[in-house]
Amino acid sequence: MSLATTEVSTRGEVAVRSVDKSYGTTQVLHEIDLDVAQGEVLVIIGPSGSGKSTLLRTINHLEKVDRGTISLDGELIGYKVRNGKLHERGEAEILAQRTEVGMVFQNFNLFGHLTALQNIVEAPIHARKVPKAKAQARAKELLARVGLADKADAYPRQLSGGQQQRVAIARALALDPKVVLFDEPTSALDPELVTEVLEVIKDLAKSGTTLIIVTHEIGFARDVADRIVFMDGGRIVEQGTPRELLANPQHERTKSFLSKVIEPAFNI
Amino acid sequence: MPPTSTRVTNPDPVQDTTPETALDKVQNTVQNTESETVQPVVTPSYTTDSAIADYKVVAAVHPWRWVGTVVVAGIAAAILYSLITNPRWEWGVVAQWFTAESILRGLGQTLKLTLISGSLGFALGFVLALMRLSRSPLFSSVSWTFSWIFRSTPLLVQLLLWYNLGYLYETIRLGVPFTSITFAEFQTTSLISQFAAAVLGLTLNQAAYSAEIIRGGILSVDQGQIEAATALGIPRWRRSTRIVLPQAMRAILPTAFNEIIGLVKGTSIVYVLAYSELFYTVQVIYNRTQQVLPMLLVATIWYIVITSVLSVAQYYIERHYSRGALRTLPPTPLQKLRGFFTTHAATGTSINSSKGQL
Repeated sequence: MSLATTEVSTRGEVAVRSVDKSYGTTQVLHEIDLDVAQGEVLVIIGPSGSGKSTLLRTINHLEKVDRGTISLDGELIGYKVRNGKLHERGEAEILAQRTEVGMVFQNFNLFGHLTALQNIVEAPIHARKVPKAKAQARAKELLARVGLADKADAYPRQLSGGQQQRVAIARALALDPKVVLFDEPTSALDPELVTEVLEVIKDLAKSGTTLIIVTHEIGFARDVADRIVFMDGGRIVEQGTPRELLANPQHERTKSFLSKVIEPAFNI
Repeated sequence: MPPTSTRVTNPDPVQDTTPETALDKVQNTVQNTESETVQPVVTPSYTTDSAIADYKVVAAVHPWRWVGTVVVAGIAAAILYSLITNPRWEWGVVAQWFTAESILRGLGQTLKLTLISGSLGFALGFVLALMRLSRSPLFSSVSWTFSWIFRSTPLLVQLLLWYNLGYLYETIRLGVPFTSITFAEFQTTSLISQFAAAVLGLTLNQAAYSAEIIRGGILSVDQGQIEAATALGIPRWRRSTRIVLPQAMRAILPTAFNEIIGLVKGTSIVYVLAYSELFYTVQVIYNRTQQVLPMLLVATIWYIVITSVLSVAQYYIERHYSRGALRTLPPTPLQKLRGFFTTHAATGTSINSSKGQL
C-alpha cells in the first residue's frame, strides 16, 4: 500500500536558501542552504543546541526566519514576493501550506482528551474539509498501517509511548503531506519502544514521501538516510551519504561528535 | 547469621560423573568446604520466606479516627440540638414562608439573574481571555483595560452607575459621531430598567473575573498541544474551542464553580436597585413582619439548596472533562454505592459501561 495516494511530478521538494534566525541576541541559524529532493530521506544530526530542531520548525513556519527563504515545490513557505519584498502570508494561506507538511514531535503532542481516531481525523475534517466518513475510513487505514488497528478508541494516556508516537505519525500522514518532519521522534521513548517507531518510519521511507528527520539514533540514520547532514552551532558543517559521513567524516567537529555518540565497538 | 544455620548440612553438593583429574579433586574439595558454610544459610531463610508468604495481611488500624469521629459527631449533634430547640429561630415561620409565592418568585429572579449574567459573563470572559492571549497588541490591551476597569470598581458602584445612566446621559443616540446624522434615539431611563442594570452590572463584572480564570486555564494547557494543532493547519478558532478549551476546563472548572456559586449569592447585591430577587423579597417581608431571623433562614436554606445542586453538577462536569486525563475514571458515588451491594466484578463492568457513555 502506498502512503501517497496521488503521485505528482514534483512532490515534496524542499529548498532552504541562506536562512538566518536569532532568538534575541543569540543567532541559532547561520546562512543555512539545503536542498531536499523529492522522496529523499534526509537525516539531520548534531549536538543539542545546534539548531536542528529550529531548522525543522522553520520548514512549516512554526518559526519565522529573519532572513532567507524556504520553499516547497517552488512555493515560498510563509511569505509572498511583492514589489521585491517578502510579505508574510495571511493566516488562511499559512494554514493551507502547513497541511502540506506533516510534523511528528519529540513528545508526541497527541490531543489528550481525544481518542486515537479523533486525533487523526481532526485536521482532515477541519483543515481540509474532508467528509467525516471518508476521514474516518482513512484514519482506520492509517492506524492499521502503524499496527494499531485495535486502538482507535483508546485515549493517548492509555497507550504506551511507542504506541502514542505511532498514532502521532498516523495523524501527520492523514493530511497526505508532501513532506514529513520528524523532530527527535524517539528521544522521549524507553529504549525497548524505540524500534517499533523506527520500523514505522523505515516503512514510510520506502513509500516515496520526502522525510526530514532530526535524530540521535545514529544506527537508524545509517539504515534509513539517503543523506546525513551534520549541524553544529547553527551551521551545516558537512553532509554526505551515511557511508561517507559516518565512516569518513572530514571535519574535526564531526569526528569528535561521532566518536561520542557511536560506541567504540559499533561497527560501521 | 541465624543460630539454627548449623543444623542443616550439605552431605555432598558436587556429584560429578565425569572422570576427575587430581587437580579437579583438589578444587572440588575446596568447593565442598566452601559450600558447607554457605549452603546452610540459604536453606532456612527460604523456609522462613515461604512461611511469611502465607501470612494474612492486616490493614493499618487508625484508632484516633474513631475518637475523632465521635468528637465530630458530638459537636454536630450539639449544633443541631441548639438549632432545633432554640425558639428564636422560629422554625414554624420558616416553614410557612419557605414555599410562599413571593419567595418563590424572588428565587426565580435570583436564578434568572445568575443564569443570564453567569453564561453571558463566562462567554464574554472566554472572548476576553483569547483577546488577552492574542498576539495582537490591540486585542490584548483592550482586554487588559476591560479587566482593569471592572475589577477595580466596586460592583455596588457599577450597578448604581448603570441604573442611573439616565442622569449622566439623558438620551442614547445611534448615528454618526460628531455629526447630526441620527438613526435612532432612546430615552436612557426607558432603556435601562432595574433588570437591565442588574444584568449589565453583573455580566460585565463577571466577565472581567472569568476572563482571568479562563486565561489561567488556557495557560495550563501544554504548549505542545497548540503547536501540534498549529502544525496540522487547524484554524485558530477551532484550535481554541476544540483543542485548548476542553483541556483547560480541568483547571477552569473548580474556580469557575466558585465564581458561579459566588454569583448566586452575589446577586443579592442588586437589592440596592430594589430589584425583587430572593434577598430583596426577604428584606421586604421582614421589614413588614419583623421576623428577621426566620426570614434570613428562608433565604439561607434556598441558597444552600442551589449551591448543593451546583456542587453535584460540578462533580459530574469535572468528571466529564477528566476524560483522557485519567487512565480510568473513578466511579461516581452512585456507582460506588451500587458496587458496595454487588460483587467486585459487577462494579468493574458498571464503571466500564459508564465510561463508554461519557
